[in-house]
Amino acid sequence: MKSFLFPEFQVIRDEATCDHCRGCERQCSFGTHSYDPVHDRMLSDEYKCAGCQRCVTFCPKDAVVVRPNQSVYRPNASWSREKIEDLKKQAETGGVILTGCGNDKPFRIYWDHIVLNASQVTNPSIDPLREPMELRTFLGSKPDFLDVEKENGGLELTTRIGPNLVLEMPILFSAMSYGAISYNAFNALAMAACRNGTFFNTGEGGMPREMRAEFGRCAIVQVASGRFGIDAEYLNCAAAVEIKVGQGAKPGIGGHLPGEKVSPLVAATRMIPAGTDAISPAPHHDIYSIEDLSMLIYALKEATNYEKPISVKIAAVHNFAAIGSGIARAGADIIAIDGLRGGTGAAPKAIRDNVGIPIELAVSALDRRLRDEGIRNRCSIVAAGGIRCSADVIKAIALGADAVYIGTSALIAMGCNLCQKCYTGKCNWGICAQDPRLAGRLNKDIAANRLSNLLAAWSHEIMEMLGGMGINAIESLRGNRDHLRGIGLYEWELDVLGIKGAGE
Amino acid sequence: MEQHASGEESRRARIEEGAGWTEVDASGLETRELNDLLWELMNSGVAKVKIKNVCGQRYIGTRLYSPEKRRMEIEIFGTPGNDLGAFLSGHKLRIHGNAQDGLGNTMDDGEIVVEGRAGDVLGMSMRGGKIFVRDNAGYRTALHMKEYEDKRPMVVIGGSSQDFLGEYMAGGILILLGLGEIPHRGNFIGTGMHGGAIYLRGTLEDTQVGKEVTISPLDEADRQIVEKAVAEFLERFAEQDYTKEKIMEKEFIRLSPASKRPYEKLYAY
Amino acid sequence: MPRKRRQLYTKEICACSICGAMSRDGERFTGASVAKAIANMHVRGNGLGGGFAAYGIYPQYQDYYAFHLMYTGSSWEAKRYAKEECDSFLAESFDVVHDEEIPHGDEAMVKDPPLVWRYFVAPDKKGDEIFVSDDDYVVQKIMQVNTKIENAYVFSSGKNMGVFKGVGYPEEIAEYFLLDHLYQGYIWTAHGRFPTNTQAWWGGAHPFSLLDTTVVHNGEISSYGTNRWYLEMYGYACTLQTDTEVITYAADLLMRRQHLPIELVAKILAPPIWNSIDRMNEKEKKLLTALRMVYGPMLMNGPFSIIIGQSGRMIGLTDRIRLRPLTAATRGDMFYLSSEEAALRLISPQLDQVWTPNGGEPVIGELKSAKVGRDEVIPLS
Repeated sequence: MKSFLFPEFQVIRDEATCDHCRGCERQCSFGTHSYDPVHDRMLSDEYKCAGCQRCVTFCPKDAVVVRPNQSVYRPNASWSREKIEDLKKQAETGGVILTGCGNDKPFRIYWDHIVLNASQVTNPSIDPLREPMELRTFLGSKPDFLDVEKENGGLELTTRIGPNLVLEMPILFSAMSYGAISYNAFNALAMAACRNGTFFNTGEGGMPREMRAEFGRCAIVQVASGRFGIDAEYLNCAAAVEIKVGQGAKPGIGGHLPGEKVSPLVAATRMIPAGTDAISPAPHHDIYSIEDLSMLIYALKEATNYEKPISVKIAAVHNFAAIGSGIARAGADIIAIDGLRGGTGAAPKAIRDNVGIPIELAVSALDRRLRDEGIRNRCSIVAAGGIRCSADVIKAIALGADAVYIGTSALIAMGCNLCQKCYTGKCNWGICAQDPRLAGRLNKDIAANRLSNLLAAWSHEIMEMLGGMGINAIESLRGNRDHLRGIGLYEWELDVLGIKGAGE
Repeated sequence: MEQHASGEESRRARIEEGAGWTEVDASGLETRELNDLLWELMNSGVAKVKIKNVCGQRYIGTRLYSPEKRRMEIEIFGTPGNDLGAFLSGHKLRIHGNAQDGLGNTMDDGEIVVEGRAGDVLGMSMRGGKIFVRDNAGYRTALHMKEYEDKRPMVVIGGSSQDFLGEYMAGGILILLGLGEIPHRGNFIGTGMHGGAIYLRGTLEDTQVGKEVTISPLDEADRQIVEKAVAEFLERFAEQDYTKEKIMEKEFIRLSPASKRPYEKLYAY
Repeated sequence: MPRKRRQLYTKEICACSICGAMSRDGERFTGASVAKAIANMHVRGNGLGGGFAAYGIYPQYQDYYAFHLMYTGSSWEAKRYAKEECDSFLAESFDVVHDEEIPHGDEAMVKDPPLVWRYFVAPDKKGDEIFVSDDDYVVQKIMQVNTKIENAYVFSSGKNMGVFKGVGYPEEIAEYFLLDHLYQGYIWTAHGRFPTNTQAWWGGAHPFSLLDTTVVHNGEISSYGTNRWYLEMYGYACTLQTDTEVITYAADLLMRRQHLPIELVAKILAPPIWNSIDRMNEKEKKLLTALRMVYGPMLMNGPFSIIIGQSGRMIGLTDRIRLRPLTAATRGDMFYLSSEEAALRLISPQLDQVWTPNGGEPVIGELKSAKVGRDEVIPLS
């Protein structure tokens, strides 16, 4: 039966420039381009095009342009083209619409309504190129005070401090599992993290054995509801363990890695048979209440000899502040909170676009809640969900986070163009495909360099902005809402963020 | 506290002539009043002044810009305030005591001699002239010192200096003698250096200097510059346990910028 | 129902001059010399605030807490009413052995002076309060007066010491409170203010004090928001919205409540940079790393030079990259700190040693007579 849907993208080829090298045909895994030997020209089946821009980038003649197809429907503010076509898809298939990447709907982006301070006259700005500027961050539980004793003509520390992660900059790579992303992409994240003094997160796909010796020390391993690949060796090879309770893109539901993406290598890492679906249930079936979470946290502490910080990752939903407070009291060392715009390899579109709240509001409220209860020292807060640039990082820290997780940004650094087709397994950039023909396109050394460049560039920009505020150590920015002002926000939003309006 | 001077009579009372020097009593004078007085003296042709009982008055010497290029010699007794010799244009100042912060700020020409120690930000953005300090200097000495065409400023410190010595240095000569064999403990020396030279008698750890700096021994041309400066230093501070030979015996090191454009590769398109 | 907007604060910014003098032998002297020194730095202030702290001035009441209170309010009635309320509060919570108006001379050119009163008190604890230490009890009660009784403000609360401050140049404040002949102390600190917030009130001047800790401060703290949030977790209400308040509470929290020695407190407020910590020996590295990890939010960023006065000692400290000046000097048993050397020469034309302390390294003067071993200090009786 003919589909009533129109193509999402338009492929425009300059016939005069195109020399039929068929490069676009080779590059496209969706089968959009083909060669017509009769007329010696390239043909494009626009219905198949995902808009990933791979052919455009690699055309040696710059002969092809791919852009979103203009809507043909009469303009209708309520029935947007997307709403109409999604409905038709469901009518045609009876299925749940899947998508990838993060929420693309125009919810207010608070980062773009917050401006930063700079020091003048009453306080000098500091020059990061020539004077010390410190970004070193510690994630983990801290005691409320330290006890020292005089001993042998010096001072001896007597308080025991729990395990902490040491980061040379307040940015970590967010959880992206091997299985969701390709082996080379996963490796590149590990390499860049180790090189730049930060950490990457294995996601729920486990950690390939051959990577453990070299990259374990920079890894945060996840214990998710599917418990894939988790054994004592996995837990102990890492620097920290994260219990994944939820993620921003799909709060409240589980995950599903389709059997086609479970290649033998993926299966070995997850310790499941190849070709079977990898299903992550919605809740952890041993966590039905907060005290159960506490039990799991301590179980993991026991399994790792109390040597590693335990993190709990939650999605930002309506009463997350109370949940966050509970998690801090349950014994977690780090709380990772993933907001509305967090990315994913596959999620139902309805959930991705409608469930959750923005991370800016969440992080500020959580920080305030923990301080009001006097327990802010017990946990570090890591913010995630749509951090796009160094200014977002600064604002997140000023709102109360200790550090940020970047997922989508890291993928874009490696080449992703957010075409949202990750769940098909046909990623032309080799980032989230398992098919060796596609996955091999991503060179892990080049990708690692690109990620290192990203971290270096953002670190430098962060230092410039800190220096501008008259601060030379990142700990003096944490929760320091004095240095932020809001523009174009409602009063309640200013209140939740805890900042004043510009000019106030 | 003494009454402020005002009116011709009391002003005259502060000034004493004798032996080629005009003496001024600065007690109780505000900064502006003292500098007004010096300006008048300059314009009435006085070339040598001794100021007694200086305590905290600022910008001494700054007012004395003379389009006719008059030149004065001023001896200061007491503790002058901040920014002594700021924007100095060719006069000679000698302080019999300690100096405070901002000595020789953006100085263009002239000479300042301090029989004692100096505070922070000495010779900031200095473009010409010479400063000699017998003892130690504070933080950020010779920050952004420059040179231009035939103007090449020089600062000689008899002792040592604290952190950020020569920050952003773009030209000129800075010499630390470390007399009294005191070790140099400053950090971030020469950070941002992109011109000029620092000569230091003694040693430094690599960790003490900015990444824009290379350390090397003195060559012949360097030695001549340093010897000449040491001779001038000793001329100005007669009672020293040191002779030029004794000073030059110990090793000097030279700090120079690694590049005129240290941040070329930092910015992207 | 109209939405109640959260109260957000406006921080005061303040630039100034500071000065301190201490006799390490415990010899007491009047405030005349320090007033002269701070007047010499007149141009650093703008007449909107000045103040002094003096230690050893109430020997006849040395075992009692000396509260200095100011009663503000636009009318005489308002001041009197505030005093009545406060008097009854104090009578309930304390044994007031003596109280009187703080003497002042009216020729000095100060604006709108409040009614200033002093009380010598001992805690009168009831019920569960007996489990609280004297000091904690006093702090709690002071916080209550300052937040709950309108127009009443306790601005000094230590034993055998007192703060005198207000709106005016410091020399005018000294004249107003007759500091040049009425009091003899072994430590005097002084401050002249240049606030960039025009609304000046008598309580906003420095020194800021809590129990026997007083702070005078030059500079602006860019980490104020972070420091303030951290202190609020420990029960300090930062009502005055000044940097100095936060420094004083930090000193109280770290030194009095957590018993950390001043050398470590300096390393919390102005820690060395990571590059130098990484190069230290194992033990020191571990200690300093732990301090920065745990007390990171107490790092004071931005330019500052402060003089902390406490019973028995005077401490000078500047920020880790020395953005504000501080000169230290000695002459015999006298120990001096000042924003400018010239001011010290006015008090003592001859000085034995004069130097600039390093950024982040405290310079400490202590009562010699009270020191026994290298680090032991006997509390003054």
